[in-house]
Parts: sequence; structure tokens; C-alpha cells
Amino acid sequence: MTLNRQPNFDDADAFYAALIEAHRDFSDAESEAMNARLVLLLANHIGSHDVLFEALDTARTSVLEERT
Amino acid sequence: MPASHKNAVYVYRHSADQDAARPVHHPVIVVGAGPSGLTAGIDLAFRGVRGVVLDDNDTVSVGSRAICFSKRTLEIWQRLGCAAPMLEKGIEWRLGKVFFGKQRVFEFNLQPEPGHGMPAFINLQQYYVEEMLIERAMRLGVDLRWRNRVVGIREHDDCVWVDIDTPDGRYVLTADYVVAADGANSPVRDMLGLESAGQVFNDQFLIADVVVEAPFPTERWFWFDPPFHEGQSVLLHRQADNVFRIDFQLGADADGNAALEPASIAPRIRAMLGDKVAWSLDWASVYTFRCRMMERFVHDRVIFVGDAAHQVSPFGARGANGGVQSAENLTWKLARVLRGESPVALLESYDNERREAARENILNSTRATDFITPKSHVSRVFRDSVLRLAANEPFARALVNSGRLSTPCAYRHSPLSTPDADRFEGAARPGAVCPDAPVVRLGRREFLLDSLGKRFTVICSGGGLPEGLRDDADIDVLEVGVDFDDVEGLVSKRLDLVAGGAYLIRPDQYVCARWRVPTADDVVTAWRRACALS
Ligand SMILES: Cc1cc2nc3c(=O)[nH]c(=O)nc-3n(C[C@H](O)[C@H](O)[C@H](O)COP(=O)(O)OP(=O)(O)OC[C@H]3O[C@@H](n4cnc5c(N)ncnc54)[C@H](O)[C@@H]3O)c2cc1C
Repeated sequence: MTLNRQPNFDDADAFYAALIEAHRDFSDAESEAMNARLVLLLANHIGSHDVLFEALDTARTSVLEERT
Repeated sequence: MPASHKNAVYVYRHSADQDAARPVHHPVIVVGAGPSGLTAGIDLAFRGVRGVVLDDNDTVSVGSRAICFSKRTLEIWQRLGCAAPMLEKGIEWRLGKVFFGKQRVFEFNLQPEPGHGMPAFINLQQYYVEEMLIERAMRLGVDLRWRNRVVGIREHDDCVWVDIDTPDGRYVLTADYVVAADGANSPVRDMLGLESAGQVFNDQFLIADVVVEAPFPTERWFWFDPPFHEGQSVLLHRQADNVFRIDFQLGADADGNAALEPASIAPRIRAMLGDKVAWSLDWASVYTFRCRMMERFVHDRVIFVGDAAHQVSPFGARGANGGVQSAENLTWKLARVLRGESPVALLESYDNERREAARENILNSTRATDFITPKSHVSRVFRDSVLRLAANEPFARALVNSGRLSTPCAYRHSPLSTPDADRFEGAARPGAVCPDAPVVRLGRREFLLDSLGKRFTVICSGGGLPEGLRDDADIDVLEVGVDFDDVEGLVSKRLDLVAGGAYLIRPDQYVCARWRVPTADDVVTAWRRACALS
């Protein structure tokens, strides 16, 4: 299995709104804690070693690119 | 010294070797009588090589260090005839509890899989284990020499010269091989100008062994960030004699000496056990640890085992367990080389296999250490999130790492293994330990591992034995239904062994090859490979 990077949301706009809404009234520390839990929940759902490592690598590379 | 246990003292005896005009020669000299060196000495004797074991001290481990001994280690000691007293004295626990802050986040129950001769692990103080090993070594006639400190090592082409200091002065021995089992700070390593490289951890830990008189549950408790020791971690573990090991993380900046003061220890223990439990402090010490290993374990005629070769953090109980497993990996090879049955190249496989095992042990213990003591802000955020989720989400419990049970390394790159040509189910692949299972042999109920002898063994089923192998001088045969009965069907299940198939097992109970339908040539070729004869 490989990481699906094509559009895959049932409803992209609704998800995005819900994601922001889920952080409502949170301090930065609380948002950070929530994001960590979200990552863990989703990572467990995916489970596949290859997909997770590809996702980690893609996300990390994207952040590193901003450095330059 | 702990009050609950009085260490045995072993008297220094003057050896005739000390009066010889020329250095006396021995096939093997083992330096160090810790768990690794004692296992090496016993296993060598078991294989017919009478080694000399030298130790600079005259007693066993002072205070408890290792407490958790794993199934594979117990299987080795069972093979060497000394597991029984350990099982009797040791503690088996099933129930573990994990706390985070004030909350108990979850419990786990380690239900053992039935049908194995040895338990998954036992808790027993290291001094007991060493005393029992010494007892066994003495019975087997191992030449144990106390207060014999190695002070010099000189490698020659054909032997090693060892300089030894004793209460009666110095003497010299020569040996074909020196097994350096002289611990984490290995003086032999220093004498040869070698080093063990890796990571130093700055966190300090306080271990307190406490005698609890009242009935107290046999459980393992691990606290992350407990209210009575904020920001740190604490582990409570039971050992024999109602002694409980309490392991307090102190952090990098704490004053270790101050932490050792009874006035500083007592309130912590009271906060943890509660006011109603009567206890007394048995022994306490502060330690830091390292994860490191040597670049090579074999240096011509000097071979490093145990902490001298590879050192891990205590989380996951892989130090002594790894050392004992290294010792057993080496001894059958050394015995073959000394008897001229295999070329020196066989010793290279010790280096290959045990460095793979050391890397695996270091990886495991480093991961546990990083979970217990997060090294960055984000690492702590994830760690705490895992612990919070673990209360209600079973998936998160898989991520909680307070030390993973020590399991033996399955060698993936061993030059001694013959890769599978056929498809098999299960974990008993070449390079892995042969799984255990109940059998009946000669009318007696025992376990498969008890049935394996000192040599290579073919385990086969229903005509899987190629012609001519019954009489091979170097290979034992165990045929299902002929040499033993697979009473619960677990041999065939765990090895995925059906009629016509066969396994080849090494003298250290590792699988080196297996086939669905072998020929005699297959078996002999695989055996030659496992002996480094090809
Ligand atoms: C707090 C703590 C908890 C631990 N818990 C566990 C656990 O639960 N499970 C586990 O598996 N491991 C555990 N360990 C690790 C374990 O104690 C070591 O890995 C183990 O003792 C290593 O055995 P060894 O035989 O290689 O070396 P050692 O036990 O260190 O033995 C070396 C021997 O060599 C002798 N020696 C040294 N120099 C010389 C010389 N020049 N001449 C002659 N003799 C010499 C020493 O006197 C000593 O007897 C723990 C360690 C600590 C500190």
C-alpha cells in the first residue's frame, strides 16, 4: 500500500471546518495536545507501516523545504 | 549490603599454576564471574572444555542489579541444569498497572501461552542468580579462581598471555582463547586499547530495595509523573524475599548523593506505598546508564561477551539477559574450534549474530528510555497524549513503552542459516530459537527443548528423515512418533512440521534450516554451513 495523495474526502470543506471548530477556545498547548491525539488516532486507523512512514516523510520534507 | 540477604563469600585458593616454573596453558580463560562469564564457564564445561574463570572479587553482585530474567535465559540455564532453584526462588507476576499523574490509566494481564517449559520471565535478585550459577559451576568442576585480577593481556599468534594479580602475588597463564566477561567498564577492553561507543544518558535513577512485611500484591506498577514524584517516573517491582525494587527517575540535575539520604528516600516511599504499609529500606543506590557496544566483539583470540561487549539501559531487562545469550552463542562455537571440528571462521558468526542482537537490544532499550524520559517538548506532548488516550483507547496502550519484555534475537543475517526454499508458517524460521512444546519421550512428559542434546539435531516427521542420517556422528535425530510423541500437537503446530518435513537445530537450540521434503544432501550441506565448513 502507498499513501493516497489524490483527493479522498467525502466532503473536504466540511472536514476543514470541523477541524478548525474542534480547536475552538483551546490555548496553544491544548491545541497541540489535541493535534497529537488526532495524529495518534488516525495513525492507528491507517496502521500500515509503509503508508505511515511515507506520510511522515512527506510532512517532514514539506516543513524542511520552508527553511530554505 | 542489603539486610535481607547475606552474600556468599568464596575463598581465595592458591592454585598450583601459581608455583609453576613456566606459565601453565589452558584452552580458555574466562575473565569475570558475573552472569555472562559464569554461563560461559558452565556451558564450556558442559561441552567438555574445562575453562578457568577468574574474578577479581570473592562474592556475587553487591546489592541487586538485574532482577528480571527472561524465558530464553531460563531455557539456557535449564539446559545447563541450574534453572530449577531459580524458578523456585523467583517471582512470577502477571498483572501490571500503569499510572499517569493521579490516574490509573490501565492494567494488563500477561496471560502466559501454555505449553512452554519456562515462564515468560521471573523476577529474582542478581545475587541469587549468581550464587546458583556458581553452585552449578562448582558441581561441574569449573576452575573458579576468586581474587584473581587480570592486570595484563598480551596477544601472540598462537596464544594469549594473561597476567594475574592475587593475594599471593602475580602469576601468568596462557590460553588459546580469552573470553572477556569483565563487565561494562571492562579492564581487558582498556588493556587492548579498544572502546565501546554509544550514547550516554544524563538522567539519574535511584533504586531502593524495600522489604515490605505486610501482604502486598505481586504486580508491576509503573507511574508516569506521579503526584509523589512530580515530573519523573517510578517503577515498583517485586523480587524474592518480600523485597520490592523501587526505581525513581531523578532527572539530570538532581544531587544523587542527597537523594540517597534516608531522610530523602523515606517520604517518597511512604507517599507511594501509603501510610498503612510497614516497610524497611534494604539497599539503595544511584545510577546512570549508557547504551553502547564495541565495533567488533572478536579480537583474534580475545572475545568479548556481556556488558563488556554491549551495554543497554535497564528498561526492558536486556543487560544480563543479552549477556547470557551472547555467552551461549559463543560457547558451542568455541568448543568446536578448540576440538578442531570447525575452522576459526565459525567464531566470526558470533560477532555477526551477537552484534545484530546487541543492536536490537540497544534499539529496544533506547526506545523505552525515550518514552520514559522524553527528550524534547514535542516528544513529551506525544508521550502524555498516548498516556491520556490509553485510559479509554486500547490502541494507545500498544504505544505505552515502559520497557518491552526481553525476547531473543532472531538472526536475520546469519552466515550459518540456510534460507528457506519452501514456504512455512510461524516464527521458527532459520536464525530463530526453536519453539518449545510439550512432548512425551521415553515415557516421560517433558518439553521439546529438554529433548535437544549437545549436538546438532534433526527434528523430523513421518519419513522426513533422509537415509543415512540416523548414524551421523555429529547429528542427533528426533523423529515425531518414533523418538518422542507430540502429545498436544504443538510441535507440529509451532514448527509447521508435517509428514515428510525436517528442521535442523544448532547446539544452541537455534533453527538453522528447514525443509518440506529434504534430501540427505540438503541436511549435510546445511549442517556444514552452520559449522562454517563450507
Ligand atoms: C539498576 C540496574 C538494574 C538492572 N536490571 C536488569 C534486569 O532486570 N535484567 C537484566 O537482564 N539486566 C539488568 N541489569 C544489567 C545487568 O546487571 C548487567 O547487564 C549484568 O550484570 C552484566 O553481566 P556481565 O556478566 O556481563 O558483567 P558483570 O555482572 O558486571 O560481571 C563482571 C565481573 O567481572 C569481574 N571483573 C572486572 N574486572 C576484572 C578483572 N580485571 N579481573 C578479573 N575479574 C574482573 C567483576 O568483579 C564482575 O564480577 C541491570 C543493571 C542495573 C545497574
